[in-house]
Amino acid sequence: MAASSAPRSFLQVAATEEVVSPLRVVQIEGLVILKIIKHCKEFSPALVTGQLLGLDVGSVLEVTNCFPFPIREEDEEIEADGANYQLEMMRCLREVNVDNNTVGWYQSTILGSYQTVELIETFMNYQENIRRCVCIIYDPSRSNQGVLALKALKLSDSFMELYRANSFTGEKLREKNLSWVDIFEEIPIKVSNSALISAFMTELEADTPVTQCDYDRLQLSSNPYMERNMEFLIECMDDLSMEQQKFQYHYRNLSRQQAQQQAWLQKRRAENMARKAAGEEPLPEEDPTNPIFKPIPEPSRLESFLITNQIANYCNQINGVAGQSFNRLYLMKALHDN
Amino acid sequence: MEAGDRTVLQFRTHSTANLSAKVHPLVVFNICDCYVRRPDQAERVIGTLLGSVLSDGTVDIRNSYAVPHTESAEQVALDIEYHHNMLVSHQKVNPKEVIVGWYSTGLGVTGGSALIHDFYSREVPNPVHLTVDTEFRNGEGIIKAYVSVNLALGDRQLAAQFQEIPLDLRMVEAERLGFDILKTTAVDKLPSDLEGMEVTMQRLLALIDDIYKHVDDVVEGRVTADNSIGRIISDTVAALPKLSPPAFDKLVNDSLQDQLLLLYLSSITRTQLGLAEKLNTAAQIL
Repeated sequence: MAASSAPRSFLQVAATEEVVSPLRVVQIEGLVILKIIKHCKEFSPALVTGQLLGLDVGSVLEVTNCFPFPIREEDEEIEADGANYQLEMMRCLREVNVDNNTVGWYQSTILGSYQTVELIETFMNYQENIRRCVCIIYDPSRSNQGVLALKALKLSDSFMELYRANSFTGEKLREKNLSWVDIFEEIPIKVSNSALISAFMTELEADTPVTQCDYDRLQLSSNPYMERNMEFLIECMDDLSMEQQKFQYHYRNLSRQQAQQQAWLQKRRAENMARKAAGEEPLPEEDPTNPIFKPIPEPSRLESFLITNQIANYCNQINGVAGQSFNRLYLMKALHDN
Repeated sequence: MEAGDRTVLQFRTHSTANLSAKVHPLVVFNICDCYVRRPDQAERVIGTLLGSVLSDGTVDIRNSYAVPHTESAEQVALDIEYHHNMLVSHQKVNPKEVIVGWYSTGLGVTGGSALIHDFYSREVPNPVHLTVDTEFRNGEGIIKAYVSVNLALGDRQLAAQFQEIPLDLRMVEAERLGFDILKTTAVDKLPSDLEGMEVTMQRLLALIDDIYKHVDDVVEGRVTADNSIGRIISDTVAALPKLSPPAFDKLVNDSLQDQLLLLYLSSITRTQLGLAEKLNTAAQIL
């Protein structure tokens, strides 16, 4: 008998399932970052998307190239056009030896308000065809504040299972111990460049501090940005309170229904006693045709989770910018004293 | 000179005298990437440059893509259909980008380049030819831009001369932020807000130190005083608004308080979120 250390036949190897190593790092090339920045900035404040191409190697997802999508009209006929465009681009890029493998997509966002149901749906669409895909979010408005706001996101596995089952009731969520933090996983980004490019860049940009100082970061006026952030935050809080009202309504309905059920049961029991006394058959204690026994569907918690995520994002941003402002104010104070 | 004078070579000086080109670093990245990925038998990469012509005549080169080509000793063949396909695709995304020229890697302009330049000049009136020296032949990477000028002897076209035009490497602010990351071959993680802040402040400090040293040197006579620099420095220092200390302190404190308020608000919001989440999922109907 062949021991387990003997070489396995081809059939055996093909039959065993590959263990998917978890995605740990997204490695992006500088070229891709520049392209994303350029595309998003050109069309800001409109939101744009594009496709990412690259390789999936072990626990690292390498993104080596990307191309932008044209702005989609709402027309039906242009749907086919969009698919054609994609195929055409992939084919052309293949001819110049660019990796032809889709690994995800990127999109721009305003002030970090990207958690929507569409994002999740797009993720699910991609996930069906590609084993591992990632979404890169770029925020051009934050870059005006002097921060490179680039994030790589992935849906967590447990969330995806729940979504496929399409059940977001409190029971299931408690089972899986899933809270709003677990929907999206953020993956650290590594940047890599070919040696040729870094040689060129070092060549072209002199190393003097004068040209290198990023004056945008030292700008003192962060008020407009904060104001917009607060506006978005307030809107989201309104949405959240609406969702909570929905839950309250549902609970009230549920408890009312239960009270009705109890009352009906009492009546039935009383009837049955009477019947037993009269010697007749007792009626069943349940009556599925009675409308008060119809189970009320619990509203999905997906929306509230997403909104919560959004709010947390805004809060983080506010914290970040406030921290930076502190730095700038103290710097100014010190300079002035000197 | 008279057009009928056949012994004199005529240079038709167009408005190319003041033509210049601006290149976005994305184009350089693209070209390098295509060069690294070229098929093994090709020595150089040829491609199209996209961009626009600004109102003052400078050519703004914003994007590029490679075009497959075959090259032998006598002839060069370019895949024209591919070129058109890519152009159409790119224009679907950004209709404002048009062909402004073409690029090739390798130092200098070769014989085959004239033919390709001819082809491109049929598409665009005055194409710009960019050469990117990827082999660092002289020990440094040289990027040059050329336009072609026709040399005519009387009525006959003699040759096309490639004249170099000034080139300017531009970078938009957002790209400059990422620029540090783009310079090295590998960065482990994107710098967070605070780290970036720190780096910027250090640079500012270095700048101020330099100026200090320079002024000291001038005062002590080690360096000859340059009036223009002195004026610039005094302008910069005068740009600080003259505020009395109490007024300045009040300003700073007000801003500080505003920021603290916002921080407090966001912490309250987060607490609220935590509570709401517990209530939502933990509540059970018994």
